[in-house]
Amino acid sequence: MAISKFNYNSFNVTPVASKALAFNSDADGFTTASGSSMILIKTLTASSSANLSFVNGSSDVVLDDTYPVYKFLCINCHPSQQGGDGDEFSVGFRDGSTAYDASKTSTFFSSVHGEDGSGGAVAYRDSHDQANATGFQTLAVDMDADNDTQVSGELTLFNPSSTTFVKHFIWRGNHVHSSAGIQDTYVAGYCNVTAAIDAVQFKMSAGNIDAGVIKLYGIADS
Amino acid sequence: MALSKADFNNINVTPAASKKLKWNASANGFETGDVGGNMVLIKTLTADNSANLSFVNGTSDVVFDSTYEKYVFKFIDTSIRSNTEKLGFNVSIDTGSNYNVAKTSSAFRAHHGEDDSPAALAYYGDDDLAQGTGLQPIQNGGNSDADSCISGELTIFNPSSTTFVKHFIMTTNQNNSSGNSQVLHIAGYANTTSAVDAIIFQSNTGNIDGTIKMYGIT
Repeated sequence: MAISKFNYNSFNVTPVASKALAFNSDADGFTTASGSSMILIKTLTASSSANLSFVNGSSDVVLDDTYPVYKFLCINCHPSQQGGDGDEFSVGFRDGSTAYDASKTSTFFSSVHGEDGSGGAVAYRDSHDQANATGFQTLAVDMDADNDTQVSGELTLFNPSSTTFVKHFIWRGNHVHSSAGIQDTYVAGYCNVTAAIDAVQFKMSAGNIDAGVIKLYGIADS
Repeated sequence: MALSKADFNNINVTPAASKKLKWNASANGFETGDVGGNMVLIKTLTADNSANLSFVNGTSDVVFDSTYEKYVFKFIDTSIRSNTEKLGFNVSIDTGSNYNVAKTSSAFRAHHGEDDSPAALAYYGDDDLAQGTGLQPIQNGGNSDADSCISGELTIFNPSSTTFVKHFIMTTNQNNSSGNSQVLHIAGYANTTSAVDAIIFQSNTGNIDGTIKMYGIT
């Protein structure tokens, strides 16, 4: 970005996206600089929502080769129901069609501990991993639906625009499980497709996401 | 920072560390702020044989309220002073008058010896809590050797909520007193619907050293 004195009381400034003016080492001059490498792209807020979807090119969402890494930050996502298959928070990836059915292979393990001190354990949970399956990937299971409970966590998606490689993803989140305790969940896997992933959707296995916020960030220079 | 036209060809600028000039809403003027800055450094505290480090909303430039929905604390070479100590944290709902909020958490660890001795992954009940109001351990099996330290990260989600419990997630690594690399994964929640507005880091018995940085994520 060029900055020059254009006229008295004026700057001739051509703004450049994602660039800023910063003070230089002289403390009385300027230089151009990048902002943070973690760029907020979009915030979606659930209100009895069937799902929250981030679609490249729609509603200001960027999910392409602009960034090599994307992060979805899920905050206080509260389910509308407990039990009856409605208590699983999940994610799906779109790979070219309108469906969120990219084939995935994943691992799933979690650590649990009850409020009464019982059941402390860490274990692999093979009922929630996937082996080239097209269904949504579970991120939280056996969620409690009391008014003060929710799931919070972070999903990282690597290089979704690649048309060469599979697309890796990593999730860590925790929630209050239906037996009144903490469940700390780790999920990692890959969309086993070479087509670009251009949209990501979060939803409950049944019912709605009653409340909560999901933020999409792009990680620049990563 | 004040920015005003002082004279022809001049602007009266007082630089502010870590702040930038950015275009304001009118697109032809400036304002100061964090640019693209979705991870904002709020405060750095350094311990030097200190009893504790605390971040209290509204004190010493600390922001720990609804300004951010997610807060991250980074531990950089933090350490304890004897092998019997355990570094931990607690939170407050009354701006630091009391650090005694009930917490439920889970903990598991993996470790591997410098001599290639037993590598293992297991649940670690010594560091979990079940509605405990005391310190939530950050690491265990402390090592007071001069080159030993704990580094890692604690995330707290939406501490200002008055509806939900407050989830936290933490991963730290240390070279412990048994000569192991030990990673500890802890997650849990402060079981309160009151806003959490302060956090304290301290050892269960002695003093601490090292740096803790607090960030807000917009």
